[in-house]
Amino acid sequence: MSTKLSNAQIAWRAAQDIEDGAYVNLGIGFPEMVAKFQPPGRQAIFHTENGVLNFGESPAEGEEDWDLINAGKKAITLKPGAAFFHHADSFAMVRGGHLDVAILGAYEVAETGDLANWSTGPKGVPAVGGAMDLVHGAKRVAVITDHVTKDGKPKLVKRCSLPLTGVACVTRVYTSLAVIDIENQRFVVREKLAGLTMEDLQAVTGAELVVNGAVADLSVPEL
Amino acid sequence: MMDKTVPDLAAAVAGIADGMSLMVGGFGGSGAPIELIHALIDRFRATGSPTRLTVINNNAGNGRIGIAAMIDAGMVDKMVCSFPRSADPRAFTEKYLANQIGLELVPQGTLAERIRAGGAGIPAFYTPTSFGTDLAEGKPIAEFEGRSYVQERWLKADAALIKAELADTMGNLTFRKAARNFSPLMAAAAVLTIVQASRIVAPGEIDPEQVVTPGIFVDRIVEVANAQQEEALMRMGVAYA
Repeated sequence: MSTKLSNAQIAWRAAQDIEDGAYVNLGIGFPEMVAKFQPPGRQAIFHTENGVLNFGESPAEGEEDWDLINAGKKAITLKPGAAFFHHADSFAMVRGGHLDVAILGAYEVAETGDLANWSTGPKGVPAVGGAMDLVHGAKRVAVITDHVTKDGKPKLVKRCSLPLTGVACVTRVYTSLAVIDIENQRFVVREKLAGLTMEDLQAVTGAELVVNGAVADLSVPEL
Repeated sequence: MMDKTVPDLAAAVAGIADGMSLMVGGFGGSGAPIELIHALIDRFRATGSPTRLTVINNNAGNGRIGIAAMIDAGMVDKMVCSFPRSADPRAFTEKYLANQIGLELVPQGTLAERIRAGGAGIPAFYTPTSFGTDLAEGKPIAEFEGRSYVQERWLKADAALIKAELADTMGNLTFRKAARNFSPLMAAAAVLTIVQASRIVAPGEIDPEQVVTPGIFVDRIVEVANAQQEEALMRMGVAYA
């Protein structure tokens, strides 16, 4: 096994925890990949902020209907049992606790469950979209991310240094190295790559890792 | 007999004046009322008005058409939106970085609910969204059932531009696929709600069960058959300049 999971493998691992019948919102970009890896026999219903439930894959090129898009402005298709609704209903689903799972990307996640994923600071044009709503919406808010930044700095930290998206909102983090729960303001390691020691993992993490029960091997197929 | 139809696009956008707040339906290109926006740009080019507008939309324009073309033309003083980025955000970005346009950044669900509240006569509400973040700065906080919530205020506008699929002459509307997004909320929240519909039909021809926006929220309707789609125009490289 390679020294870290690819994005597809992180997405695959996150997809294994989505229950049959779950209502799910996937953040735009990398999290959208999770939809590809639904385990056979399970059906998740995907929600998009702009007012669609139960959408499917992108249509073939040339078949796009640009009135039928997701929050990332990509063309989508509908599955049987889909529904359209306006934006206030859409965010009632989000904030009202009706979604089972939201899976989002991150710049930083703190051991307190704080998430920073919308702004890298004061430069440029700020844009927030639905991120601040989603973190308060779903029963489970999970993050998928590389374990470290492109410069090798920890993304799992004691306190976020970047502007927050939400406070104490993340419950599980799927990284390129491990699966980590946030419980009582601590990072609790549930799974890690087999070739990695706890010391290795701690060395690339910006807050203390806790072991509470067994740590399983993070086992993902080649994709 | 009630008839809210107007003869053409120029008549539809008449009365939108300098300094007004203007809600524009759509999410990206889906539901963007391109013909109404371009009619407003035409009037600006001919008369210099309307200008100094505050435009409320989820985004801040894309490419050189629609809201982006309004910004390019210099008609917009301020955007109220959640996501002022797009495939081609030049129009807004250039003016924003040059301090020539204002921005009120609002989380998307808060934007929707503020508009809903504006149309529903609810001056303020509490939401968990943005608590503990920079976007909650200066806003009242209250605790309900042990959780903290941020007070947000209603958002209303002088006028709204809306794209519908079907309209009857009384203003009852249906929308096409995901193109409804903010439009039903904006129709209720604006003093003057202006609708372009792909087809206008007689009262009774839309099954009341299928009406999405009831006509009470609509003031003017203009038929625009074969309406252009913003994303499709973008991909053809069209500029309204």
